[in-house]
Amino acid sequence: MTDFLLLAFVFLVAGVVAVPIASRLGLGSVLGYLIAGIVISPLLATLGVDVISIQHFAEFGVVMMLFLVGLELEPRMLWNMRAKLLGLGGLQVGGTTVLVMGVAMMLGQPWTISLAIGLVLALSSTAIVLQTLNEKGLMRSNGGQSSFSVLLFQDIAVIPMLAFIPLLAMPELMDLATDAGHGTSVHGADAHGGSHASDHGTGDHGASLSLVDGLPGWQAALITIGAIGAVILGGVYLTRPLFRFIAMAGLRELFVAAALMFVIGIALLMTLVGLSPALGTFLAGVVLANSEYRHELESDIDPFRGLLLGLFFITVGAAIDFELLLGNLASILCMTFGLIALKSLVLLALAWVFQLQGADKWLFGLGLAQAGEFGFVLLSFTVANDVIPQNLADQLLLIVALSMLLTPGLFILYEKVIAPRFVKTQERDADEIDEVGEVIIAGHGRFGGIVNRMLRATGYATTVVDYNASHLDMLRSFGFKVFFGDATRPDLIHAAGIEKAKLLIVAIDGKEQINALVHYVRENYPHVPVIARAVDRQHVYDLFAMGCVEIIRETFDSSVRTGRSALERLGMHPFDAELAARKFAEDDRHILKEMALVHDPKIPISQNTAYIEKSKTLMKEREEQIFGKRDVFDLSTDRGWHPPSEEDLDAILADHEAKAP
Amino acid sequence: MAKLIVYYAHPGQTFSRANRAMARRASDIEGITFVDLYAEYPRHDIDVHKEQARLLEHDVIVFQFPLYWYSTPSLLKEWQDLVLQHGFAYGHSGDKLAGKALLLAITAGGSDEAYTQDGYQQHTMRTFLTPLEQTAGLCQMRFPPPYVLFGALKADEATELAHHIDGYVELLTRIRDGKFELKDATADQLTSASDILSLSKD
Repeated sequence: MTDFLLLAFVFLVAGVVAVPIASRLGLGSVLGYLIAGIVISPLLATLGVDVISIQHFAEFGVVMMLFLVGLELEPRMLWNMRAKLLGLGGLQVGGTTVLVMGVAMMLGQPWTISLAIGLVLALSSTAIVLQTLNEKGLMRSNGGQSSFSVLLFQDIAVIPMLAFIPLLAMPELMDLATDAGHGTSVHGADAHGGSHASDHGTGDHGASLSLVDGLPGWQAALITIGAIGAVILGGVYLTRPLFRFIAMAGLRELFVAAALMFVIGIALLMTLVGLSPALGTFLAGVVLANSEYRHELESDIDPFRGLLLGLFFITVGAAIDFELLLGNLASILCMTFGLIALKSLVLLALAWVFQLQGADKWLFGLGLAQAGEFGFVLLSFTVANDVIPQNLADQLLLIVALSMLLTPGLFILYEKVIAPRFVKTQERDADEIDEVGEVIIAGHGRFGGIVNRMLRATGYATTVVDYNASHLDMLRSFGFKVFFGDATRPDLIHAAGIEKAKLLIVAIDGKEQINALVHYVRENYPHVPVIARAVDRQHVYDLFAMGCVEIIRETFDSSVRTGRSALERLGMHPFDAELAARKFAEDDRHILKEMALVHDPKIPISQNTAYIEKSKTLMKEREEQIFGKRDVFDLSTDRGWHPPSEEDLDAILADHEAKAP
Repeated sequence: MAKLIVYYAHPGQTFSRANRAMARRASDIEGITFVDLYAEYPRHDIDVHKEQARLLEHDVIVFQFPLYWYSTPSLLKEWQDLVLQHGFAYGHSGDKLAGKALLLAITAGGSDEAYTQDGYQQHTMRTFLTPLEQTAGLCQMRFPPPYVLFGALKADEATELAHHIDGYVELLTRIRDGKFELKDATADQLTSASDILSLSKD
């Protein structure tokens, strides 16, 4: 227990200290985590921590990230990307593999090992690239989309690679392997490859649990297809009733649990049939991209993804074997830079073929130039299958890790040096892909529902967030597009796109919830105007102090209309009643505004002398004008329809008669 | 028998002596349609289709209103703007009102002497009513002499006002019964209570 707490504490401290500093310096969170890992690596070595096994655990962050990426991608969008996916991805993996293989053979490696190295190094880091693209808001640019296509293809390509690599096994290595045994020591240079291999052998591809091992090919294929079908059908037909069922409990944490269950279950199923778990959850994400639970799932999974990926990057940093690195510094650095240069060349050539323009070309070319975390997986797999000898794998591991470590630097190069040169094209691109002006409506009940209908009827795109499952069912049956979730949660309102929203309308129930949401949004997104529903006068003052642009008392207008109807029923002429209602409403709003200016949320009203004084003056004014008098036209401002007085009339006539010839 | 509809427009009825009393009496007459525009559309949201349908059902359209700045109260102007559409009241195939009559029942604050070229209004009442007269003309409607009460603000309740209101009721009743010839007004022609009441003695 103490060990675990100590370890968790060390990792968390490293992340919490390093990432804000890195962000402040403009290096991005990934580099922050990597540096944190490097810094704590001596400590971890002293503690005898198996960094690689933690890394395997943390790789689940990639699985979650692909789920989130899938959520952002509607099936139609994915279909539209198919040319890029196959063309760009296929050529990148193929081209890089062949070139790396050639270089390795020139350096004197046998072709089997060279091919394996080519395959390992062809892959790029999904974790770093997607995280960075998301962080910098480049995901939707042309370059970002192309990068994503290639990464997705690579994730798919890992599967046939895993099937193919054992065929390259070298008999000499097999003998060696039986002599050396696997990862018995827990630290030092040997431990990395060794424990990595054994860990991998039992974890990702072992025989411990599998549905397809030992089955004839066609049965395995059938089961695999069945599993994919189960994910798709489950996503389409089961999630809705499942989430509705969970909603009945009314517990927020249950949604988090359900979302995790969902992702872990799919990952498990995919592992059992020998597919990439990341790919499986990505597929599930795509299936759910159109679901109204999308935002809720997103905000539930996102924190886990972030933490796990952070942990993963730390382990990458911590796994760098400095002894080995310093021992072969020149050659390893050369090979690392060589690899980056070579991959960049392939990517830039592809960018040219696929007509990526300007900054996008460079984003694509530099962004994917590193080797990736799947490289770790494949390396340990190759060692376990006696394809690559251990000492070579250790060096390759360093190259992979170093290239990942250098990636944030490449992004900085792109951002600071290359992108500014193409500012114009970038801006034009941004215009095209920008989403249309969005109004977020938090709460779709008696109040928000009407607002939503009105805005939609007038042609505005709205994002509705509501936390009432049965209510949502009803709305869905009327064809409304609404999302399930608790709007007071910062992560959900973030997922709903508050950053880009043109307006937030707060129509949820309960003073506290309204205050929490308004407070959060005003603090963090001061550029988004907020129209909020207020429960009563006191609440108006609070919201005013928070900086709401418009505050609507939820029952005020209906009350005024009720008053107007009452006046009509009492026999007042309808137009007079209308004037009285207008007059009253205007006057009341005026009073409210003046009172809000002197109100101080920190001082109770009974002690706020300025407030009490103002209130007395205003009350006196009103008493002189309106209260107790049925004749609204007595208001000085409403003399419009008054006939002139007898005296006035006489004066006018006299004046005119005097002027008459 | 002619079908009558009276559109009564007065935004400040609380202060009205003449018009309110005229409206009350007119609305009691059987067989004519009486519309208090400000009561029906207190928020100025005129139902155009409903109004056009009503117009089609009637032969004589009466506007009853106090003269405000030499024109109708704003709601009645709004009514004209919206209801007298192209294609309905005028223009190509806009002949739905052809042959009907537009009768004005107006009260004015100034005296009849004021509404002369020598008076302080410097123009006759009919000059001020030209827009309405021309509206009727464009709609191919007849424009009988307007029924006018001058000096409405100072009129004596028991004599002048009562006289005018009786004349109004008599006028509407006669039109309803087809006992009043709706001739097109000429020159500066207006109708007063005395004209109507003298007719009724026949």
